[in-house]
Amino acid sequence: MAEEHIKVALIGNPNTGKTSVFNQLTGLKQQVGNYPGITVEKKMGTCRLDDHTKATIIDLPGTYSLNASSIDENVVIELMLNRKDENFPDVVVVVTEVENLKRNLLLFTQIKDLEIPTLLVINMSDRMKLKGIELDIPYLENQLKTKIALTSSRKNIGIDEIKKLILDYRSLPTDPCLNASSIDPEYFDKLRKAFPNQLVYKLWLVITQDVNFLNLDRNEMKSSFTKSHSELRRLQQKETIKRYQFINDTLKVGQTIDRSKASDIRAKLDRVLTHKIFGYLIFFVVLFGIFQSIFDWSSVPMDFIDEKFAQLSVYAASHLPAGELTNLIAEGLIPGIGGILIFIPQIAFLFLFISVLEESGYMSRVVFLMDKIMRRFGLSGKSVVPLISGTACAIPAIMGARNIENWKERLITILVTPFITCSARLPVYAILISLIIPEKHVLGFISLQGLTLMVLYLLGFGMAILCAYILHKMLEIKSKSYFVVEMPSYKIPMLKNVGINVVEKTKSFVFGAGKIIMALSIILWFMGSHGPGDDFKNAEKIIEQKVYQSSVPINPSVIPNWTAEYKLEHSYIGIAGKFIEPVIRPLGYDWKIGVAIVSSFAAREVFVGTLATIYKVGDKSDEEATIKEQMRHEIHADGSPVFNFASGTSLLLFYAFAMQCISTLAIVKKETNSWKWPVIQLVFMSGVAYITALLAFQFLK
Amino acid sequence: MKLALAELKIGQKATILDVNTEEIPLKLLEMGCLPGNTAELIQIAPLGDPLYFNINDSHVAIRIETAQQIEVTL
Repeated sequence: MAEEHIKVALIGNPNTGKTSVFNQLTGLKQQVGNYPGITVEKKMGTCRLDDHTKATIIDLPGTYSLNASSIDENVVIELMLNRKDENFPDVVVVVTEVENLKRNLLLFTQIKDLEIPTLLVINMSDRMKLKGIELDIPYLENQLKTKIALTSSRKNIGIDEIKKLILDYRSLPTDPCLNASSIDPEYFDKLRKAFPNQLVYKLWLVITQDVNFLNLDRNEMKSSFTKSHSELRRLQQKETIKRYQFINDTLKVGQTIDRSKASDIRAKLDRVLTHKIFGYLIFFVVLFGIFQSIFDWSSVPMDFIDEKFAQLSVYAASHLPAGELTNLIAEGLIPGIGGILIFIPQIAFLFLFISVLEESGYMSRVVFLMDKIMRRFGLSGKSVVPLISGTACAIPAIMGARNIENWKERLITILVTPFITCSARLPVYAILISLIIPEKHVLGFISLQGLTLMVLYLLGFGMAILCAYILHKMLEIKSKSYFVVEMPSYKIPMLKNVGINVVEKTKSFVFGAGKIIMALSIILWFMGSHGPGDDFKNAEKIIEQKVYQSSVPINPSVIPNWTAEYKLEHSYIGIAGKFIEPVIRPLGYDWKIGVAIVSSFAAREVFVGTLATIYKVGDKSDEEATIKEQMRHEIHADGSPVFNFASGTSLLLFYAFAMQCISTLAIVKKETNSWKWPVIQLVFMSGVAYITALLAFQFLK
Repeated sequence: MKLALAELKIGQKATILDVNTEEIPLKLLEMGCLPGNTAELIQIAPLGDPLYFNINDSHVAIRIETAQQIEVTL
């Protein structure tokens, strides 16, 4: 028997546990991608229903209604209106939450108007007893014209029920719950007559939002059915009231709530977490704890990875047959892969903390606490989330700015987020700090190195805030301040959700950035081990001659090192580095660092890997050395160390401020829909970086 | 007594009379901020803004300027 495929769409308000339902249904059989042309995350997964039926499940972005106010929500409408879309569902599963059933049902009634088979999941049913809620399921099923699955995704209850109902989707009624067109019968009659083949509700959605719908020309359609903006707004309000009337009437009979049973954990926690002193105190303790633990916990696995790859490189060089390919593997590929993998611990920890904060409901309280302060700098309380997640990576952070309703606040958030210390800067910071700051403790417990790192984080944050303030004063954009934050009830984060989130985010980061780092490592290796002209080709002879002509006796053991050094200097990469040396010399860098800086304009994390590759190429001794040791031993021609306090500080500042991430620029272009903003960002940030680094070096040297 | 939603004191409950649909986001309407529904002020942010309401059983925080566009009665 042929295998049957059922296409399922999961739709629901934010904070209903929709994603947990998705995770429970699909487990790890998920793929996360993007919708074509836009950067909205597209989550698909599969789920076996019985021996010969499989479901393909798409987890749509959370939305409060079918009236889109962001691109994320637009995705939902575009899919629901387009029967020709390859992902158009056979059945829609609307996920609601038992405590907010009234509000959640609004979206359900809208979906029902589209006349697609729809089933209703009432999630978090384990909280019913606690909240004193009882439901009359048969009555609700009858009124809402659907089948209901009562579930608790966190306790894995009712998931099989959902599967059973999906399997049986053909028996789901497809008629709407209420007649929405009664809000203006005359107008809707006219619509119906003009487009007899279309659902009136679909037409209404097309008129009220910016969605493309079949081949109907929206403009033509709009012009013949035009109403003023405020008239449409009034009608939308009428529609919403009408839907709520129906929902209230239904729930009056179908739901009983014993308010005396409602325990008040939320109120108590809110009182503490949004308290005028404790609220901020707790927030800063949480932040401090996060940064402290990221640095502490990830240093062990990071050192381990660093060391293992150094060994592996030596092992490969000595055990594989000598030749170009072996060189590529030992000097290009292995250090390159090491340079990617070394990120995993920090990124995983950061995403872990961020998803715990989001899942628990605490993030909304932070938004509430910070809004007034942030607004002074032209930001929104909601900017806190991108600014915090910017410590992991600016790319998801900038995408996360999407839920800021006010365009000016959103733009400023997007523009300043790259100043926040992202995890790609961390390896650069970590290695430079360990080179230039002594491993001492002040007051017995505060590590000087940790403190320096903290200062760098604060510096990034301070710069972001300062620039936000300047932009706030400079930009003349008028937009209405629409600020609505849902304050979800507190939940203990679910291990499975957090785990999947961490794995997915880390994976996409490693593979995304990994490709660039990998490609660059190979190019760098090639450029470092090949060169034009006789200087490169005859390096051995030239050095031998020098040793021979030298007036002082030279230990022959240094010859291989000198040769390698000379070769590197005359390789393609050496020539490129020398070319930019005059520009970066005032900052205290030599041409090798110059190469690393140039290559990190693609992605800053390349810095360490590049130096590793360069020093590896230039180091012909068989000793295995970690990148750190190699950097420490690097000296100028006059014998002074390359990485001293002045040049190290200058480099730290350069990396703190410079815009060195092509992916971020690409995302900013997408999100702001113009090249203007990413170009300004690139020029401005790099300028600030150059000037501060210059001042620091000249002042400290 | 008619007043703006922004004028409530913590713990005070009121019934919504009218909302200025031009000036408040549709999302708020969809969360149940509609004439006839109740609203209670739960908390004021430490710096006086935004305000945290329970509107029609939805827990939401909005800014004062938005809450001023909603007329309520005690």
